[in-house]
Amino acid sequence: MLDILTPQMAKLFWDALGQTFYMVAVSGLIGTLIGLPLGVFLATSQRGELFAAPALNAAIGLVVNAARSTPFIILVVAIVPLTRLIAGTSIGTAAAIVPLTIAAAPFIARIIEGAIRGVDQGLIEAARSVGASPIQIVQKVLLPEALPAITLGLTLTVVSLIGYSAMVGAVGGGGLGDLGIRFGYQRFMPDVMLAVVLVLIVIVQGVQSLGDYLARRFDKRSRH
Amino acid sequence: MSDHKNSAVTEAAAIRLENVEKTYAARGDNGAVTALHSVDLAVPEGNILGVIGKSGAGKSTLIRLVNGLERPTTGRVIVHGTDIAALSERDLRDQRRSIGMIFQHFNLLSRRTAFNNVALPLEIAGLSKAEIRKRVLPLLDLVGLADKADRYPAELSGGQKQRVGIARALATNPRVLLSDEATSALDPETTAQILALLKKVNAELNLTVLLITHEMSVIKAVADRVAVIDGGRIVEDGETYDVFTHPRHATTRRFVSELTGTALPDHLLARIGPIPAPDKRALIQLTFKGEGANQPWLSILTRKLDMDLGIIQAKVDHIAGKPFGTLVVSAAAGRDQLVALQREAATLGLETEVLGYA
Repeated sequence: MLDILTPQMAKLFWDALGQTFYMVAVSGLIGTLIGLPLGVFLATSQRGELFAAPALNAAIGLVVNAARSTPFIILVVAIVPLTRLIAGTSIGTAAAIVPLTIAAAPFIARIIEGAIRGVDQGLIEAARSVGASPIQIVQKVLLPEALPAITLGLTLTVVSLIGYSAMVGAVGGGGLGDLGIRFGYQRFMPDVMLAVVLVLIVIVQGVQSLGDYLARRFDKRSRH
Repeated sequence: MSDHKNSAVTEAAAIRLENVEKTYAARGDNGAVTALHSVDLAVPEGNILGVIGKSGAGKSTLIRLVNGLERPTTGRVIVHGTDIAALSERDLRDQRRSIGMIFQHFNLLSRRTAFNNVALPLEIAGLSKAEIRKRVLPLLDLVGLADKADRYPAELSGGQKQRVGIARALATNPRVLLSDEATSALDPETTAQILALLKKVNAELNLTVLLITHEMSVIKAVADRVAVIDGGRIVEDGETYDVFTHPRHATTRRFVSELTGTALPDHLLARIGPIPAPDKRALIQLTFKGEGANQPWLSILTRKLDMDLGIIQAKVDHIAGKPFGTLVVSAAAGRDQLVALQREAATLGLETEVLGYA
């Protein structure tokens, strides 16, 4: 364990932690910005629903499924031209955010869709009966009522992104997973690998606990 | 049927359905389903009209036509002079603010307090926070929940949740209230309280109420008028008291017998026959209503005809505030005596029916 107590190693750890945080935060945020409206649309656009557009619903569903069935590591290399277009480079932490976001958005869309579909249809009917427009129903009924489920879903997304971010070392994305592979595996420093895994366990545990806590806070369906 | 309807139409009808038909298009393996067949119905201003029917009779569809949650396939749905069926979705949303609705499962937003649930229609209408506050607090007071404003639905009982539902439905000052099985999920005592509240808002706010239910007791407790729906058709409608005391359609009779309990017990039904015999007694059903119910007619009959009557079954009820009852008596009587009994009973305002001999 002494190897990792050097100042150099501490700095590597600190930088890797920052890169992981940066990649997960930015891809999670942009992924949510894209996935949220997509998820709302998927949940409300089948036949007879608020924004009924069955053909578009099916088309978007297809794209979402295609993106979700592509293995992440293949996605990373397959979209290099797109990455270069958006990030200006295909290597580095910023570049890694592109595939992470593209993986996160459809995942989040499905999570939002599921959470909204879990909202009682009777609430939509009640809102319609007081004169709510479809947009108002989304704002005042669907999203607030689905918030506990959305919170748990986004927690799951963040945990998955932390896992995915370990793979973007392949394009020089950095981060904790990359540190573990390069030092722990390729340079035979098992204690670095172990330390990386321990830190990741702590982070995931923390994220999950925070998510669970917030979801419980948001959920008013049971007596407290 | 037609004469009742005409009398309703002569008063100002707040809600009128004219020759409404609703057919759900075929989907997949299911063929087209007609939920409502040429329905005509009028709810006079300020009245409470109850539509009673079994599940699947079409009552849910019917009530949803009135605020445009469903649109008719043909026919007109007129609420205070506006044809709901002809409105655009946008105009319909404005119109819905004058038509409140309450639901069997309350349909309250779980993450809003009682106050904020009542505030929802006002937020949607674009009122300011101050205006909303000024409107919501008296409404919570009206439904008896002033002290529960900050409670979430999960912290309220079923009856309290429905009170919030009623306050929400009244938030935009509607002139019509639709009640979709509003008491079906409640226990009898809470049901009585909610019905009393409906009656109160009906009287105090001159609100026209259209309610649907499968329970005769609900109709009996609050409805001025009743319409019986069966297989998507209104089979009978009129003043509640008239319909109950003179049920004409088989479905109505079934609902009425459920309430008045005029069905004979099984052991008698097994023995009863249509042919008189010396060892058998006649079973006669006497129906009394209105003023007749208050007379000492049973002792008048026995004294006048010198007959001994045994009581088999009796039930007196009050519908729309008027007494109504049935009595089944047994008599060792020949044909002449029965005729005399029927004649005497008629002069006292009673209806008689010889059920058979047992």
